[in-house]
Amino acid sequence: MSAHGNETSRRIVAIGPDRRGFLKGMVGAGAFLLGVRAGVIAAPRPSDGPGDAAAAFAPNVWLAIEADDRVRIVAHRSEMGTGIRTVLPLVVADELGCSREKVEIVQAIGDEKYGSQDTDGSRSIRRFYEPMRAAGATAALMLRRAAAARWKVPVGETHTADHAVVHGATGKRLGFGALAADAAKLPVPDATELTFKKPADRRFIGADAPIDDARGIVTGAAKFGGDIRRPGMLFAMIVRPPALGQAVKTVDDKATRALKGVVDVVRVPGFSGAHAFQPLGGVAVLARDTWSALQGRRLLQVTWGESPHSALDDAALAERLVKIVEKPGAVLRERGDTPKALKSADTRIAATYRTARLAHAPMEPPVATAEWKDGACTVWAPTQNPQAARDEVARMCAVDKAAVTVEVTLLGGGFGRKSKADFASEAAWLARHAKAPVQVVWTREDDIAHSYFHAPAAVHLEAGLDQKKRPVAWLQRSAFPTITSTFNPAAKAPSPMEMGLGFTDVPWAVPNLRAEGGEVEHHSRIGWYRAVCNIWHAFAVHGFADELAHAAGADPLAFLRDLIGPKRLVDPTTEGCTYPNYGEPLAKYPIDTGRLRRVLDRAAEDIGWGRKTPAGTGLGIAVHRSFLTYVAAACEVQVSQQGKVSIPRFVIAADCGLAVNPDRVRAQMEGSVVFGVSLALHSAASHKAGRIEQSNFHDYRIARITDAPRRIDVRLVGDGENLPTGVGEPGVPPIAPALANGIFAATGKRVRELPLSRADLSWS
Amino acid sequence: MPAIDVNGKAIETDGIDPAMPLLWFLRDHAGMTGVKFGCGMAQCGCCTVHLGGRAVRACVTPVSAAMGQPVVTIEGLDEKGEHPLQKAWAAAGVPQCGYCQAGQIMSAAALLAQNKGPSDDDIDRAMRGNLCRCGTYPRIREAIKAAAKEMG
Repeated sequence: MSAHGNETSRRIVAIGPDRRGFLKGMVGAGAFLLGVRAGVIAAPRPSDGPGDAAAAFAPNVWLAIEADDRVRIVAHRSEMGTGIRTVLPLVVADELGCSREKVEIVQAIGDEKYGSQDTDGSRSIRRFYEPMRAAGATAALMLRRAAAARWKVPVGETHTADHAVVHGATGKRLGFGALAADAAKLPVPDATELTFKKPADRRFIGADAPIDDARGIVTGAAKFGGDIRRPGMLFAMIVRPPALGQAVKTVDDKATRALKGVVDVVRVPGFSGAHAFQPLGGVAVLARDTWSALQGRRLLQVTWGESPHSALDDAALAERLVKIVEKPGAVLRERGDTPKALKSADTRIAATYRTARLAHAPMEPPVATAEWKDGACTVWAPTQNPQAARDEVARMCAVDKAAVTVEVTLLGGGFGRKSKADFASEAAWLARHAKAPVQVVWTREDDIAHSYFHAPAAVHLEAGLDQKKRPVAWLQRSAFPTITSTFNPAAKAPSPMEMGLGFTDVPWAVPNLRAEGGEVEHHSRIGWYRAVCNIWHAFAVHGFADELAHAAGADPLAFLRDLIGPKRLVDPTTEGCTYPNYGEPLAKYPIDTGRLRRVLDRAAEDIGWGRKTPAGTGLGIAVHRSFLTYVAAACEVQVSQQGKVSIPRFVIAADCGLAVNPDRVRAQMEGSVVFGVSLALHSAASHKAGRIEQSNFHDYRIARITDAPRRIDVRLVGDGENLPTGVGEPGVPPIAPALANGIFAATGKRVRELPLSRADLSWS
Repeated sequence: MPAIDVNGKAIETDGIDPAMPLLWFLRDHAGMTGVKFGCGMAQCGCCTVHLGGRAVRACVTPVSAAMGQPVVTIEGLDEKGEHPLQKAWAAAGVPQCGYCQAGQIMSAAALLAQNKGPSDDDIDRAMRGNLCRCGTYPRIREAIKAAAKEMG
């Protein structure tokens, strides 16, 4: 990863009448508008995709105050279940001093003027909390100045509360709407002039505000990707190449065309160069309704050409990955002399861990709707990255992106899949061809077959103990098809970004420590999936730590505390490591073993660590820092004698700094437990001869209510004085290792492969 | 074919393939987009509606099977959208992305119509056909119990 600047800078770029039309149609004439530029310069990581780097120093927040008192606040990030569409605008509203019922949240279209809209990497709060506060505080100061001028009192004697400026001494009040016109004429204050609400005066920040979309969701009124309806709209289904890069050889569409309701059959072009976010190509059936499109597609006869990827075999790939990690690789981090320390160790253990290929399988499969009018295209898509979707639509349709508008609907889950909006381009291309609005509907089978897969991986570990059973050496080696291959098909080496996800940042206090990486080719689309490489790295590293504890004859918790060691800041860059730290400086967001210990101890205490459990029941624990957040997971797991796993309880202790909306943080952690249980127990995707072997939820299994823990307790132990860090992903990594460690405690069986259900866990 | 009663309103079925799953009829022809598509093979429960008072998966129920029985979707569960389950769902902050939640609520409503005080095992049995990828299961359990209490 190249050097990254880390300065967040803010400056106000526009205020007053909406001369540039930023909010055209959104606000009435005379509205008071405020824009705040906030830029974060960071080297793009692969998941940023195109557009993120170019977006630096673009305005990201807009609010408008109307004469009738309404405050409209733009939500520029995508809503896929975190609550961000509500939470970020309420940060603005809090600093401004709004009444909740007078705030209207408006979803942004994809546009660089908002800064990055790429909703992934658990970055929305981390990157935009401070700019949003500044946006609110700036508007508040201008309104206060306008009121102070009218009242002829010092500005310092005023404050905002309940949607009004208040003069404390006299109790005089003026509503925001009544001040908007005056405030709009004032010069914009400098960032250094801003004052922020004290924690005790906050209304929304730190409070459990409900999400804006709740009512729409429970009544069926909320609009997701597939809920868009346009006059004369056609529905499309596409048969896509079974293996990456295959081209259509022959098409027999006679039976399809004869079907009532089918309008057309058309070849969709495949990608050229790096597949990136381009559609896969194939043959589309356009029909009057979804059922006709589905029936028509079933009747299509398509044959495919060869591709360099049509021999992909996941069983063979899994064996290859093991062979790769069981040989020396490129050294990525080195402390002391690990090979020598291993040789001279009193006790030495080694193990290789494996994890499966995964598909995101959001409950809403990909879907998009497009419509052309006078050479301009509007696409409605449930996308995590509307700017990238816009760029790709413009590229595929060979139009200037000024002609493309991407409207973001609610997302029925994303988990990384919907950052790559190949479905949006399909809709736009087909709508232009059909000269009618088109909705492209993906089936569940399409979604699983044509994922941007979470890579299958292998991790090999070796460790040594001295005569006193203290750890003296730790070696780890990881290999997996890299996400970089999505943007550069020749890439085989893992990126520092991927290796920095729970691997090169291992915090152990061991005198000799080495991390290595291996190389492998991709043969399928590889993408980022909630928590990304942290999943296999945490599973291996924390499972192996538990193994080492048992090899030392120690209590796993006590051993883990020693492995974490004394309170200190860990800096992998002093040990020859290129460590991106999630795009943030270590000085601002260090690896703090004190915070790691604190969450570990809290989870252990709440699960009742050390208590006696009946036969077949065990406690497991793991602690992991990711996305700058510290999460410990402890579980009680039961394994029947026949080997069936059930989970009475999980405890999560998390330190994400300030929890901006604690209820939504808890919800993300609860969801992370269930997401982690899915991939730990059940989920696996695989290919044979280039073709996917799974098709739907009967063979690509995710957790049901019966698999989920009966009870999940979330403890937020962060210090509200610390900056908020990520919460969407960091709950996921410690779940699988905590479960595997619990299963070992329950049965004596050490499982080193995900999903765990592949192993025979029966006992007697 | 005769019309189908959807949320108390007769929806014409002229020209509709009798084999068309009720899901696509409701979404594409009756305007009930609150009914969601998730799998097409009764694996996920996103499309759960009530047919003659029973919870069914609309994705595997042909239109022909829905004749003569009232269909109720999430849009018709309660006139004001204030069924005790809808209120309990919002109060417990159940929804994350929200996509599966209509199906979850319809399954839960069918359960509570039969069983006024469901146990955890009853909830498991009634709800195991409804997947939630966001993992809202613990709060679904909590909301069902709260609504049961409310309904007495």
